[in-house]
Amino acid sequence: MIIELGHFALILAAVTALVQAIVPLIGAQMRWPGWMAVAEPAAGVQFVFTLFSFAALTYAFVTSDFSLNLVTANSHTLKPMLYKISGVWGNHEGSMLLWVLILTLFGACLAWFGGNLPPGIRARALAVQGSVAVAFFAFILFTSNPFERMEVVPFDGRDLNPLLQDVGLALHPPFLYLGYVGLSMAFSFAIAALIEGRVDAAWGRWVRPWTLAAWVFLTIGIALGSWWAYYELGWGGFWFWDPVENASFMPWLLAAALLHSAIVVEKREALKSWTILLAIMAFSFSLIGTFIVRSGVITSVHAFANDPERGVFILAILALFTGGGLTLFAARASAMEAKGVFGVVSRESALVLNNILLAVSCFVVFIGTIWPLVSEMFFDRKLSVGPPFFNMAFTPFMVLLGAILPIGAMLPWKRAKLDRVVKPLIPALVLALAIGGLAWAMQSGRSLLGPIGLFLGAWLVFGAGVDLMSRTGRGAVTERLARLGRLPRADWGKAVAHAGFGITMLGVAGLMAWEQEDIRVAQLNEPYVVGKYEITLEQVREVEGPNYLSTMADIRVRQDGREIALLHPEKRVYPVAGMPTTEAAIDYRPMRDVYLAIGDAQAGGAYTVRTYIKPLTNWIWLGSALMALGGCLSLTDRRYRVAAGARKAPKAGVPAE
Amino acid sequence: MMRGMQTLKALVLAGACVLGAAAPALAVQPDEVLADPALEERARVISKDLRCLVCRNESIDESNAQLARDLRILVRERLVAGDSNVQVVDFVVDRYGEYVLLRPRTSGTNILLYAAGPVMLLLALGMGFAYTRRRSQARSATERGLSAEEQARLSEILKE
Repeated sequence: MIIELGHFALILAAVTALVQAIVPLIGAQMRWPGWMAVAEPAAGVQFVFTLFSFAALTYAFVTSDFSLNLVTANSHTLKPMLYKISGVWGNHEGSMLLWVLILTLFGACLAWFGGNLPPGIRARALAVQGSVAVAFFAFILFTSNPFERMEVVPFDGRDLNPLLQDVGLALHPPFLYLGYVGLSMAFSFAIAALIEGRVDAAWGRWVRPWTLAAWVFLTIGIALGSWWAYYELGWGGFWFWDPVENASFMPWLLAAALLHSAIVVEKREALKSWTILLAIMAFSFSLIGTFIVRSGVITSVHAFANDPERGVFILAILALFTGGGLTLFAARASAMEAKGVFGVVSRESALVLNNILLAVSCFVVFIGTIWPLVSEMFFDRKLSVGPPFFNMAFTPFMVLLGAILPIGAMLPWKRAKLDRVVKPLIPALVLALAIGGLAWAMQSGRSLLGPIGLFLGAWLVFGAGVDLMSRTGRGAVTERLARLGRLPRADWGKAVAHAGFGITMLGVAGLMAWEQEDIRVAQLNEPYVVGKYEITLEQVREVEGPNYLSTMADIRVRQDGREIALLHPEKRVYPVAGMPTTEAAIDYRPMRDVYLAIGDAQAGGAYTVRTYIKPLTNWIWLGSALMALGGCLSLTDRRYRVAAGARKAPKAGVPAE
Repeated sequence: MMRGMQTLKALVLAGACVLGAAAPALAVQPDEVLADPALEERARVISKDLRCLVCRNESIDESNAQLARDLRILVRERLVAGDSNVQVVDFVVDRYGEYVLLRPRTSGTNILLYAAGPVMLLLALGMGFAYTRRRSQARSATERGLSAEEQARLSEILKE
């Protein structure tokens, strides 16, 4: 019964979305306040219906209702509760339901908290949001219905893919979707502004918090996914340039560009049409990401051809919204004249450079991702584009970005003198150069990767510190330090996020340049040495988990004769899903990880053991966390809370504009 | 989750290849490692650029599949036989086609792939510079005075 109600609620939500997409749009065009006012309750109702529908599906998973096709395919009675819940979105149908739930949540937030927006913009933005929702409701109801029943109800389910039974991966999709879908808000605002024909500083201020929130969620989602890959896949890679990873990385890059260019719109009323274009493209890349992941087209053209229904549907959604958005942009963009005037050396031009580097690097990732498809379709040349290409083509952009960031971040608006900005940065530069130089002198190889990465990371971190201090004005150092706490949250957010970017660079450079690896057949109780560490395989046991069997090793790690860790790498088999997984054991430390993975049994009770020493690895995720924290700090800045610059709602009778 | 799906596929494919074993083998096996560290190092470098053909976007260096193991052994055999790195790669490409390369060749239509980034960057820099120049030479809004719409808005505010 609850299942049918859930299905029914989903249909009602779709109908509400349809009303929300049409009525307020007409209302805004004809200036009928009654019609425009439909948008807010519709958004709320739509969210409540979708929430009910999602809750119904969750209920089915929690109570292991195997009369539901989806539950049978992705759950099992023995599975821990956490993974019964995360199983809701650990599959195609459920994840699409989560996607629309978040979409309607954002729409409802706009309706509930958007009281300070002009009614015209709000009605139009909500209508666009509604039309995106209609498209995805239709997609779910017609091609991916999660509420399909089984003809014959089985005794138990087929279990969730064991790789997905993990805390990091349970949280990864919701965050990623919050990010993807958050960008739909920027899209809706852009379309509303294009219809309205006006983009001003206030528009920049409305669109920025949504973009910032979406970017924070994307950052967390991507970092969680990458951390999961690090500890789960058994050799400690953190980024593979896989099409599905790139699908989440491209919107991240564009969202980063967008949240910077929106500052220029907000503060200086320049870069308007570019910012609108970015907002359209950022959401389009979210849709492209969905298309790539859901259609399987990049894996193989044949996978797509086997089940084209879903892929074609998403492609149609993509074409409709991207094509529609770009057409509208082409027609209306010329109406948006820039107002701000600025010199060639200024904060504005530095942000233009930031946008160029981020947008072009996104373009490079995009070309690399679709090239195998393009090449096979047009040149009949079947080839692969893998990590070696991406590392080579993408890294230079990040190096350039890191090199100019500390200077650009400190340039004043309008017109700047380069020497005045660079002067306070000189100590930071010297210190960073010294660190890079030290790394160069101490390493054995000739590779420049590590030293350059270390230099850039340190330069970014120190630069962020100098930037923050420079905001405290003049006076004694103690006075200035006291003033630090009273700086606007946006300043702190900026410094923390930029430092986080630097710390991630340090981590990536450390891991990629100085990793040590050892693969061997380890005999029981025969210590061996890797780097500074002495590793001893002491015991291998068979352990039974709630829904898996595990081969677990006890491995002792010593340094200078002193024990530093007892680690338990595992090999698991999930009998229901019939699938093995490796669970690496990691001794996390600030300066390095010791990473152990166990392999097959060998003759005489020995086992294959892989040992890695991974320098600075945790800094990758520490930096990501700082970037997300910086975004959150910025979001809590006073200027968003007091809604300064918002226009008063016009009095009754005055045409809404 | 996305990586999960992809890894799932890789594992299913890999599982189909691993002979009768349920447990995964871990990429490079101790028995494959060459005695000469210099040769082994070269083998590792080469394997990182070669694709495991039955996996999804994994190099043979990372993959657990039997086919990847065969390729790793093949690479090492060629190196022991005295081939240069380029010769080894050519040998593998002759057998398995260009698809096996994770770093696509810079020949023919692939020039488009390699040129796309730099060309786009130059274009964007040019456009960005032109835009900045235009903005620096534009007359500022304060010099131009208020537009009619702004004038109306101003009087509206003053009335309030």
